[in-house]
Amino acid sequence: MKIFKIIFKNGLRHKLRTILTVLGIMIAVTAFGFLRTVVTAWNAGVSASASNRMITHHSVSIIFTLPIAYRDQILKIPGVSAISYANWFGGVYKDASDFKNFFPRIAVDPETFFDLYPEFGLSSGEREAFMKDRNACVVGHKLAEEHGFKIGDIINIEGDIYPGTWEFVVRGIYQGRDATVDETQMLFQWKYLDERIGQLQQGRQGEVGWYVLSVKNPADLAPVSKTVDDMYFNSRASTKTETEKEWQQSFVSMSSAILTSLTVISYVIIGIILLVLSNTIIMATRERIREYAVLKTLGFTRGHIIGLIGGESMLIAVVGGVLGLFLTFPMAGAFAKAFPTWFPIVVVEPLTIVLAFGAALFAGLIAALFPAMKITRMNIVDGLRTIG
Amino acid sequence: MSLVAIKNISKSYWRDSLEIPVLRNISFDIPEGEFLALMGPSGSGKTTLLNLIAGIDRPTTGSIVIGGTDIGGLGETALAQWRSRIMGFIFQFYNLLPVLTAFENVELPLLLTKLSSKERRDHVEFALKIVGLEERMRHYPKQLSGGQEQRVAIARAIVTDPTILVADEPTGDLDKVSAEEIMKLLDRLNSEFKKTIIMVTHDPRAAERAHLVRHLDKGELS
Repeated sequence: MKIFKIIFKNGLRHKLRTILTVLGIMIAVTAFGFLRTVVTAWNAGVSASASNRMITHHSVSIIFTLPIAYRDQILKIPGVSAISYANWFGGVYKDASDFKNFFPRIAVDPETFFDLYPEFGLSSGEREAFMKDRNACVVGHKLAEEHGFKIGDIINIEGDIYPGTWEFVVRGIYQGRDATVDETQMLFQWKYLDERIGQLQQGRQGEVGWYVLSVKNPADLAPVSKTVDDMYFNSRASTKTETEKEWQQSFVSMSSAILTSLTVISYVIIGIILLVLSNTIIMATRERIREYAVLKTLGFTRGHIIGLIGGESMLIAVVGGVLGLFLTFPMAGAFAKAFPTWFPIVVVEPLTIVLAFGAALFAGLIAALFPAMKITRMNIVDGLRTIG
Repeated sequence: MSLVAIKNISKSYWRDSLEIPVLRNISFDIPEGEFLALMGPSGSGKTTLLNLIAGIDRPTTGSIVIGGTDIGGLGETALAQWRSRIMGFIFQFYNLLPVLTAFENVELPLLLTKLSSKERRDHVEFALKIVGLEERMRHYPKQLSGGQEQRVAIARAIVTDPTILVADEPTGDLDKVSAEEIMKLLDRLNSEFKKTIIMVTHDPRAAERAHLVRHLDKGELS
């Protein structure tokens, strides 16, 4: 028999209490891991931003557009190596009340978009087909899976920002380079949008929602931003140029209160783990004061006693933590499945695993600290007199 | 030659600022191989004296030298190690760990030694054979009678082959028959295995087994 066997037997002394404590830790670790994963998913766009890309949009709001004429002018600015542009299309696909029918629909320049976004993987054949047909579109792999889109399928969208019924033909399905790439978008030709809206509302022709700029050198980011914005300062459409990360961050910051709440709740959960485990260990230790006194009498040292109490606490924490982590993955998977287009990138990050498991270990350590201190300081004679 | 030399020990407890003297200026020696019974009324200080000799409590004044070691000079860890080598403990209420079998309870003190698993097994089986419980080694304490539990506790006390056995009311929780068996066993450990035994008891029949009886009254030897 080794000391570990005593720890194990002590842990199973009150099976129901131990099982409930393990379940409590498991649920808390799962909740902690899940909330952090949601926060991570919310910030996925920010994390996936490229460091060499900048966005130029209307200085007042993204709902105002910029003239297409800016494209050639911006491209001439020193430091800018490439430029593309896009419009948020909006629209309604099938039943608008069904969450899964909401997915980003963006008009892009097919000739430049994929050069600036190499993380969107599209075969050369599909890219060629996309450029050939005016009403062609490409969809992300996840979106295609979700809706069963195949090459050649027709997607009908009822326009809202851009009125009318719009028909698109799927000519390609892009794959993300890694798990951080959003595969839930539908991209179509900007020219299709421009030509059709020109027929309906002539004044809206030649307008883009935002420009995507590529800079060779990160040191050029600030001067390019200043040059672009200064150039259009007194124009009818003044601009705001920022890094892609800042641009993504501006969307996330709209939900900052929710994100902060989720983060705070995730840390409160660590406190809950601590309370659940502390309660069990304190109860268990109090019941065994006399036994620990006997062990001390037999010659067990302070280190042995700390090992027994700490070991039991850590055993419960580790089992609960491991089970909690195992449960986090299906939870995150179910969440991703429920909101595929709202949260296109749901990944349980290694840091989340480390923090969730670390929280359980931390709780195990702290929960054992005070009972262990109390027992090691206890006078043997007082301990032997205890009726437990 | 005396194995235990007790010199001028006193022990007081403090309740707030009030000093409660329990033992007053006690001196006596215990020779090696002795079977000593400490008797006296409740509150006379006999268990306190036993605890001091056993090294689980410290005197307020005075010294206790056992086998040439002044145990008052040992630190907490050294004292724990000393206890594990020199002392075997028998309690009134057995104090077995309920989650461990008889074998595992007896094996407990050996976990502090460097013995191999096989050596530990041999020692435990031998100790359980001495107390006549080798057939019950897989039983848990709740599956044993009071007398059997106390015999397991005695096996735990002797498994490390200590020099001294201290027993605090070893028959206090037992019926007459079981108490007699336990006293026979202690007698055998003293006569056959040459263990020095210091026993606290209220029971005159138990004290009859001892070679020497010392009486305590109000913290003083009478």
